[in-house]
Amino acid sequence: MKLNEKEVEILEILQKDARFEATDIAKMIGLSEAEVAETIRRLEEEKVIVHYATLVDWAKMDNYTGVTAMIDVKVTPKRGVGFDEVAERIYRFKEVSSVYLMSGVYDLSVTVEGKSMNEIARFVSEKLSTLDSVVSTTTHFQLKKYKHDGMIYTTKLEDNRIVVSP
Amino acid sequence: MTVTKSYVAKSVEQMRPSGIRKFFDLAATMEGVVSLGVGEPDFVTTWSVREAAINSLERGFTSYTANAGLIELRREISYYMTGRFHVEYSPKEEIIVTVGASQALDIAMRAITDPGDEIIVVEPCFVSYAPLVELAGGRAVTIGTTDETGFKLQPEQLEAAITTKTKAVLLCYPNNPTGTQLDREDLELIADIVRKHDLLVIADEIYAELAYDQPHTSIAALDGMRERTILINGFSKGFAMTGWRLGFTCAPKEISSAMLKIHQYAMMCASTPAQYAAIEALQHGMSDVESMKKDYRQRRNYMVQSFKEIGLDCHLPGGAFYVFPSIQSTGLTSEQFAEQLLLEEKVAVVPGSVFGEGGEGYIRCSYASSMSQLQEAVKRISRFLEKRKGRAI
Repeated sequence: MKLNEKEVEILEILQKDARFEATDIAKMIGLSEAEVAETIRRLEEEKVIVHYATLVDWAKMDNYTGVTAMIDVKVTPKRGVGFDEVAERIYRFKEVSSVYLMSGVYDLSVTVEGKSMNEIARFVSEKLSTLDSVVSTTTHFQLKKYKHDGMIYTTKLEDNRIVVSP
Repeated sequence: MTVTKSYVAKSVEQMRPSGIRKFFDLAATMEGVVSLGVGEPDFVTTWSVREAAINSLERGFTSYTANAGLIELRREISYYMTGRFHVEYSPKEEIIVTVGASQALDIAMRAITDPGDEIIVVEPCFVSYAPLVELAGGRAVTIGTTDETGFKLQPEQLEAAITTKTKAVLLCYPNNPTGTQLDREDLELIADIVRKHDLLVIADEIYAELAYDQPHTSIAALDGMRERTILINGFSKGFAMTGWRLGFTCAPKEISSAMLKIHQYAMMCASTPAQYAAIEALQHGMSDVESMKKDYRQRRNYMVQSFKEIGLDCHLPGGAFYVFPSIQSTGLTSEQFAEQLLLEEKVAVVPGSVFGEGGEGYIRCSYASSMSQLQEAVKRISRFLEKRKGRAI
């Protein structure tokens, strides 16, 4: 699918901040509001824009116990379907938040979110490693989130420029 | 014993303080101000550039550099000027690294000005030009540009301002405060006159990286102009490095060695960590410049369009990060407008009048701020204008 310059620009703006409204984007890139709205609608329909969500820093919540693990999974690919079939078997689990096919020493990188370490341990031992194609798994728990999707979680940059300057 | 006389030099006593100062003092005491008054990028210097400076400190590079700056940096500047603006300068003899473009302007003025020499200054412009000319012992002859020509200097205006005492013309494009950019054709007409009268050009091209509609043409790149141009550029705006205070001059050998004399006595050299940072900026920072420029372009479009919608006429500025809308429909002077806007809606802008002839009736609005700040500013300005509608002027 070939995207034109304006479509790319719209996507870049929305990727930075999904809450930009068509009327403002229109002013920023020199299209009419209707054209922007129509382009966004089309990009949504084509699934180029997959979804809009909010980045939440759950660590801010008192007594939050949720954990995230990144699991390196080695699998045996199957003739005809390659890695796709086993990837699908894995990503259908609701605990799984992302699945990537990787180059290097393992095949699939799987991110799993759970309410506790136990819950993830159970998922890995009972669901993931018991799949036929799965050869081995290595589980890494995330300890702290510093930066995610280009956003820094830990510190807030303040504007300390002087208010008026030449 | 009591002091009975003023020790301050007459020439300094007579200098007007920068008109921006007043608004700074007022705005600085207020909470919740949305500022469109800022003349510097909102971006923080790219991490890789900051990291290069940290690394230079860790390795103990804390001594003076050559007066003209680190030769590695001057080489990078030379490549950059050739690649980007198609003008070649010898790193050894024609490039001086300075403490910001401001110091570059100062040594340029002092190197060329004899008592009584006239330097033509095109207004509205950066507040320091005329004072620097005067401090150097020259006389600033101002030309006011107007909105009808998009604040572009007109060849006939230049021609009319030239006298037998004229030494040089000081140009700044893309311009602070109007954002006006001159394209090659505009520059050719000016260069013709400069050559005809055998003048020098001091070209302050500090905003050259921030040209949005077409790549910046340097006047030094035009036929026969390299030999009569002092180019001034730096890292503050395009590379978001204002606080590092790092600029440079590119000029023919004879003028460069004259400027270097002043520089070595007055400044010795620019800050060493900043110079190491600048090497990294030129070697690996261009993609960051491009990405900031893309954001600025979107914000420029947003501001011009939004101002039009709320009734502030505005030409589309080709560069820098300023829009310069007319506020004449309100019947207020630009200073009244700026002051009332600050007090009533807590939006800081700079009155056009502080930038000299042609600036009255306009305000300078910087869009070097996040989109959310700009959206808020537009909302407040719109409310401010709404309140004035129907009011007797």
